[in-house]
Amino acid sequence: MRRPTRPVFLARAPYRRRRLRDAARLLPLLGFLLLLLPILWQDGPDLPRVSDVALYFFGVWAVLILLAAVFASGLKGGEGEEEEED
Amino acid sequence: MPFNLLVAACLLYVIALFAVAFFVEARARVGRLGWLRSPLVYTLSLSIYCTAWTFYGAVGYAARSGLEFLTIYFGPTLVFVGWWWLLRKLVRIGRQYRVTSIADLISSRFGKSNTLGVIVTIIAVVAATPYIALQLQSVVLAFGVFASATPEGQLAPDASQTAFWVAVGLALFTVLFGTRNLDVKEQHHGIVTAIAVEAVVKLVALVAVGCFVVWGIAGGPADIIARIDAANLPAWQVQPGRWAGLIFLSAAAVITLPRMFQVMVVETNDEGHLARASWAFPLYLLGMSLFILPIAVVGLDHLPAGSNPDMFVLTLPLAEGQGALAMLAFLGGFSSATSMVIVESIALATMISNHIVIPLWLRLNRAEAEREDLRAIVLNARRLAIAAVISLGYGYYKVSGGSAALAAIGLIAFLGVAQVLPALIGGLFWRGATRTGAILGLLTGFVLWAYCSFLPSFGPGAVLPEAIFHDGLFGLAWLRPQALFGTGGMDPLIHALFWSLTLNATAFCIGSLLTFPGPVERLQGAAFVHVFGGGIGPQRWAMGQAEPEALLSMAQRILGEETAQALFETAARGQGKEGLLPEPTPAFLEALEARFSGAVGAATAHAMISQLVGRAAISVENLMAVASESAQIMEYSARLQTRETELTRTAGALREANEKLQQLSLQKDAFLSQISHELRTPMTSIRAFSEILTEGTLPADQVARYGRIIHDEAKRLTRLLDDLLDLSVLENGTVQLNLELTSLHQMLETALTAARQTRPERSFAMSRDLDDEAVFLKTDADRLTQVFINLISNARKYCDADAPELRIAVRQRGGKVTVDFIDNGKGIPKEAQSLIFEKFARLSDANRAGGAGLGLAICREVMANLGGAVTYLPGQRGAAFRVTVPLRLDQVAA
Repeated sequence: MRRPTRPVFLARAPYRRRRLRDAARLLPLLGFLLLLLPILWQDGPDLPRVSDVALYFFGVWAVLILLAAVFASGLKGGEGEEEEED
Repeated sequence: MPFNLLVAACLLYVIALFAVAFFVEARARVGRLGWLRSPLVYTLSLSIYCTAWTFYGAVGYAARSGLEFLTIYFGPTLVFVGWWWLLRKLVRIGRQYRVTSIADLISSRFGKSNTLGVIVTIIAVVAATPYIALQLQSVVLAFGVFASATPEGQLAPDASQTAFWVAVGLALFTVLFGTRNLDVKEQHHGIVTAIAVEAVVKLVALVAVGCFVVWGIAGGPADIIARIDAANLPAWQVQPGRWAGLIFLSAAAVITLPRMFQVMVVETNDEGHLARASWAFPLYLLGMSLFILPIAVVGLDHLPAGSNPDMFVLTLPLAEGQGALAMLAFLGGFSSATSMVIVESIALATMISNHIVIPLWLRLNRAEAEREDLRAIVLNARRLAIAAVISLGYGYYKVSGGSAALAAIGLIAFLGVAQVLPALIGGLFWRGATRTGAILGLLTGFVLWAYCSFLPSFGPGAVLPEAIFHDGLFGLAWLRPQALFGTGGMDPLIHALFWSLTLNATAFCIGSLLTFPGPVERLQGAAFVHVFGGGIGPQRWAMGQAEPEALLSMAQRILGEETAQALFETAARGQGKEGLLPEPTPAFLEALEARFSGAVGAATAHAMISQLVGRAAISVENLMAVASESAQIMEYSARLQTRETELTRTAGALREANEKLQQLSLQKDAFLSQISHELRTPMTSIRAFSEILTEGTLPADQVARYGRIIHDEAKRLTRLLDDLLDLSVLENGTVQLNLELTSLHQMLETALTAARQTRPERSFAMSRDLDDEAVFLKTDADRLTQVFINLISNARKYCDADAPELRIAVRQRGGKVTVDFIDNGKGIPKEAQSLIFEKFARLSDANRAGGAGLGLAICREVMANLGGAVTYLPGQRGAAFRVTVPLRLDQVAA
């Protein structure tokens, strides 16, 4: 069943909100890639120290949370029904 | 620290939780929840994810495997920071269709199939049992730590006795607050708030211990970093497979764990909370894991070799003589364990009562089911189920002896519930997912999980005979539980993860692709997948033969008398009826079913209503009718739209015509005064001169002059009248045409010669192409020439250029000849172009050359009679007229 047609072009504010949602959707991808880093390590003498690795992970984690907090304002309310897989 | 004090503190803590829960329930009853429904409480209640396994086990995990414990938090972090669209859909569906549990969601999505509900319930219970045992075990271990630290003379508690009383206490608390009411939507505000409080205690306790370890025992962050690097054990090496697999597994589990589903979907009303939780929940997880590694390394350093790393959180403060801190840590661990058990058992009890006990009871007691108050039965079933779930956990703890490391059981439980993932995601985003596919996928996943992960976790020889481990099922080597299809080199958990989820998803997809869903299934599928589209309602009832009275009595048994009667009364009033009994319209049945499913789950609610409505539930024919109904509506609106554009067009044409009419009427008025003037001027001079002539005293030459004037004026009058007559003949179509073959060139020559009489003083530069003019037309030559003369004279009259020029261009185009007359004057203003062909139209008085404004009107009529047209040609820099005439005019119908 066809859904009612939605506007093709948006005003500035909803447009920004939608891009924020896009960014939020991409965030887990970025996070997943960054968090997969240890997979690439081979056994060897110049492996990074465990403490550095731990700091790296907590850093990535903090950045993800920070970005999510920035994006969160765009997730709330607004055009509500509009998105899904638009 | 005295053991009795610990027990007392524990009891006090539990009493405080009771008080919080009571207080909130009391406020909820009067509907004043306020900030208790805030995103903060929502986020904190999500921390149910962090169980005792996290609280104690993560330190042990870190001591054994280094950074790998982080993966358990990375999965949920990724899900929450970016997958809110999935979670939001879940929450929206949960709210819209009053979903009571994850089993209810799956069963409802796939055509309200109770079979699916039962399967998911069984998977959840089996996976949760060891997990609950794990919580009991952690509490027992913690008690044990304190007991061994107490001075002699204290009664060392018996482990299984502790576990027993903890289990009893938890069951009591859960039954008290978890089954107070059969809410329309299974919400337990008291418990959620208590859990939020416990979440704070957990975090504070862990952070406090962490700070003590970092700054109290070790010498600050730098020292910790040095110790971490020094402690770098070979076992800490990251294993790529496990790393990626565990992130995926924990991401899947956070969506599918029954207790997470309970707090995330069932207990919330507000999708907006998800936005806040998208960063606040990962932040909470970050806080929970920040000090895990420091505690682990300092514990390894400070405590005697062989101490249980799972208990470092307690043993470290105790070893340092920090009794109060240890107590706080103990309460934190206690909180983690209790909150998990409470919520998990509520979630499982809801599933068990809605999908197993009630359907079974309804089937067995069909006769009694007509009378009894179902609410009491549902509540009792739920209470029993809570007790049963907790006893199962206790039983597992007793049997397993509480020996296995905490983390291992936790991951196996994760993998168990993750089997729901393909059906869940498929159900939410793929309309083609069917019930058969879901059943196949879930069964495949469940069997593989049990065979590859759950049963082997008891150890070789415990449940699965050792022979199966070595030689495979039925002696088939490729069926060894930890090396399916000869994939032996993998980590057992990742092996089970890969095979169970892959084959689960494959079976789900193949099953869905090959089967045809039933009508209810298809409706539900569309409603769930397009929950944001809003267009598709849930399953519809056909206008049934249900007795309103029977419906009411059933509703009273499920919702309680007061609620049910209020519901029916509102519905009846909505239909404009007095009294308690509304018509059983599809809409009403739908609303009623939604209310029922909030209490007993979608499948049972559906079954109960269809029992009363008879077999009038939706059929494929109904479904097609619904579809064609909406198709008709769409077609109708399309037709309306066409008609609307048509109307707009007509209105535009009418407006144009009206404007033209008004202008014409103005012109006609102007003409009337003009024509009277035109007629009057010659008449006046004729009368005046004839009067002079009648006096008879004039010399002969004067008489001749006056006579000529009278003659001229009379000729003018005649010409005017001729024109008018001509026009009326042409307009009536009664004109006689004289068709003959004539040269166009000849006609133009004649016309030019004749037109030279108009303003003979002006000399025009002519531009013609004689070759083009060599065309023979079959037409009325006199009439056509008349048109040419008129156009050329007009140019001579009105062209206001200093060096006037006239271009005549002839072109042949598909059986027609066009002759353009283009001068280099000012042209005709745009607004006048549509008027010049009207009768009596005249542009300006300035260039008036004696015409009455009939020339072009006559031309137009002539051309119409000749089967052609004369039009104004805009955009030629001067005035330009195009005469179109057919090459061969056959006799037109007169």
